[in-house]
Amino acid sequence: MPDLLDNLQLARLPRAAENFRREVKEFLADHLPHAPAEVRSRSWMAFDAEFSRKLAARGWVGVTLPKRYGGADLDSFSRFVLVEELLAVGAPVGAHWIADRQSGPLILKFGSDAQKDDYLPRICRGEIFFCIGMSEPNAGSDLASVGTRAVRKENGWRLKGQKIWTTNGHKCDYTIALVRTSGAPTDRQKGLSQFIVDLRLPGITIRPIVDLAGDAHFSEMFFNDVELPDDALVGSEGDGWKQVNAELAFERSGPERLYSSIVLLDRWLQFLRETGTAQDKLEHIGRFATHLATLRQMSISVTSKLAAGESPVVEAALVKDIGTEFEQMVPAVIEAALGADPSQPCPDDLVRAAGYVSQVAPSFSLRGGTREILRGMIARGLGLR
Amino acid sequence: MFAEAIESILSEQCTPAHVRAIERGTTPQALATAIADAGFLELMAPEDAGGGGASWRGLFDVVVLCGAYAVPLPLAQTIAARTLVAQPDQLPPGFITFAPSLARSSNGSLYAAHVPFARVSSHVIADGGTHLLVFPTADAERVPSGIHGDPMESLRWRVGSGEQLASPVASQQFAALGALLHAALLAGAMKRAFDLTMRYANERVQFGKSIGKFQAIQHQMSVMAEHVAASRIAAEAAFASGSPMPNPVACAVAKARTSEAAQLVASIAHGVHGAIGVTEEYDLQLYTRRLHAWRIAHGSESYWNRQLGRMFVDSAEATTVDFVRSLLEAPTA
Repeated sequence: MPDLLDNLQLARLPRAAENFRREVKEFLADHLPHAPAEVRSRSWMAFDAEFSRKLAARGWVGVTLPKRYGGADLDSFSRFVLVEELLAVGAPVGAHWIADRQSGPLILKFGSDAQKDDYLPRICRGEIFFCIGMSEPNAGSDLASVGTRAVRKENGWRLKGQKIWTTNGHKCDYTIALVRTSGAPTDRQKGLSQFIVDLRLPGITIRPIVDLAGDAHFSEMFFNDVELPDDALVGSEGDGWKQVNAELAFERSGPERLYSSIVLLDRWLQFLRETGTAQDKLEHIGRFATHLATLRQMSISVTSKLAAGESPVVEAALVKDIGTEFEQMVPAVIEAALGADPSQPCPDDLVRAAGYVSQVAPSFSLRGGTREILRGMIARGLGLR
Repeated sequence: MFAEAIESILSEQCTPAHVRAIERGTTPQALATAIADAGFLELMAPEDAGGGGASWRGLFDVVVLCGAYAVPLPLAQTIAARTLVAQPDQLPPGFITFAPSLARSSNGSLYAAHVPFARVSSHVIADGGTHLLVFPTADAERVPSGIHGDPMESLRWRVGSGEQLASPVASQQFAALGALLHAALLAGAMKRAFDLTMRYANERVQFGKSIGKFQAIQHQMSVMAEHVAASRIAAEAAFASGSPMPNPVACAVAKARTSEAAQLVASIAHGVHGAIGVTEEYDLQLYTRRLHAWRIAHGSESYWNRQLGRMFVDSAEATTVDFVRSLLEAPTA
């Protein structure tokens, strides 16, 4: 068995990707909407179609897609840099996020020529936005037990079932749904397929779900005998599980698994600098830097595997698990620090940012695969199961 | 290539049995001679001075092996010492260790507290403030650490001891170097502790199956793997962070990250092993005792994180990400 730990080798961002960073910083200096820290902390949960279209106009949506579809044809390293810079300042990237990260690459990899010609240029122009159609009420961590079913009809499919926890589902145009096309839920990974579902079709109801922070960032969607055309099927019938797993390597390893609390950390540091009160927090602050510098190298290591055309599913799971632990450590420490001396009140916007990030922090190790699922995958990768 | 050659010596002459014997007081002469005769002490000396001309990245693999084999000699320090001087012959022969600190008492004597590997070193290099100084251990008043198996000693030299070392290396760089070497030693020892624990989890049967089949054990192994991987990459990045010397800031990250992981990795390794893991006869203790000693050596995570915290607060970088990017990046060529 190849040693999983030997697969995470030091890798460097190539010079071209670093040069690209300057362009991204210039763009953000001009176009980042001014917003307080608690708003910027929403970053890839925040749906801002106008900002996504500005990015698209600059050529930076669908960045890894080929030029003939309107993509920027950038490698995974340049995408890492783009995403890192966007998240570093809390840009509202949620609208195009899923299409750029995984739906576009999925269609490119598994879609027909007609599907590529149809969807990819519109993704790159920021005209259509995608959401993930994986979880169901009874298929969360146990994703293979999905019960939503597509039945073959003449000239198409009939879709019936339900998806849930779909980030920004009520604002998106399409979902790529993992559904059963043959067999029963007991058949597990066999008999699953993926469909591109136009969310405006008759028979679809989408309801936003309000979260504990007061946002309606996710939703539930109901498919009541939705008639899908033949070409809604993406990839091969029965290959859904394999395709979804290829998607998850993209979904799990990126900077968004390290930087969810970064705007809060920036705002706290600004406060400590302004008030000259960092002295007794230095060890915490340095520890954040130590962890983040290391995690970033791990994430770049996984990115180098994506760039080489590999599908580092287990390595991505490893980086996501330890990355989200850091993301959760930041609000935990800052929350304690903000209440360390009631006679020294902190600025309102800092308290609001800490409040928001603390509230949503549990989701960091839920979305994209729970901590327990990831640790099980790592154990399997180590050869323990 | 250097690493393979050194490993072939270590796998024969630095087995757990050899390590135990040297810890009990047997002379390390045979191992020392084998390494020195093969020319490995001159690995980092320039090629035109008869050395190996190895890079820092090349040295990383060697120091990781020193950790993984629990090499009971300051081999990493002795090799790295060649980079502190212009000519290798400025250094005395034999094994050299680094002092984490040097204090001058009111009577002028010089005191180096808690010097790793001192018992098995012939010389100590210490930072005398304006110069690096080299001291023979034989001239010192020596106090053993008193920690079971640990060759650390505190040493005191009389007034006027210590020879100045003509070295272009600044204090800050010397301190970072001692920390960096221990970061890679920790990475190597952690990987070996992890491998032993994996093997044990697969072999040990309870309730009719190997304990590695239990989810509670699997998740602990996954967490351990994450910290071993993080430690390795942090240390490797620091070794690759600069030339002629590694970037001290990257060294700080490496030592802080590996030191924090060391405690956790040792704890999980012992937890999974159960009672056999804390016996003298089982090999795990050779590595976990070192994880604890090396965590403290040349500054624990508390020290280095505080240094980094100060830099972070004083930094003019616009964002956290900009600051963090600057830490482990290799300087642009």
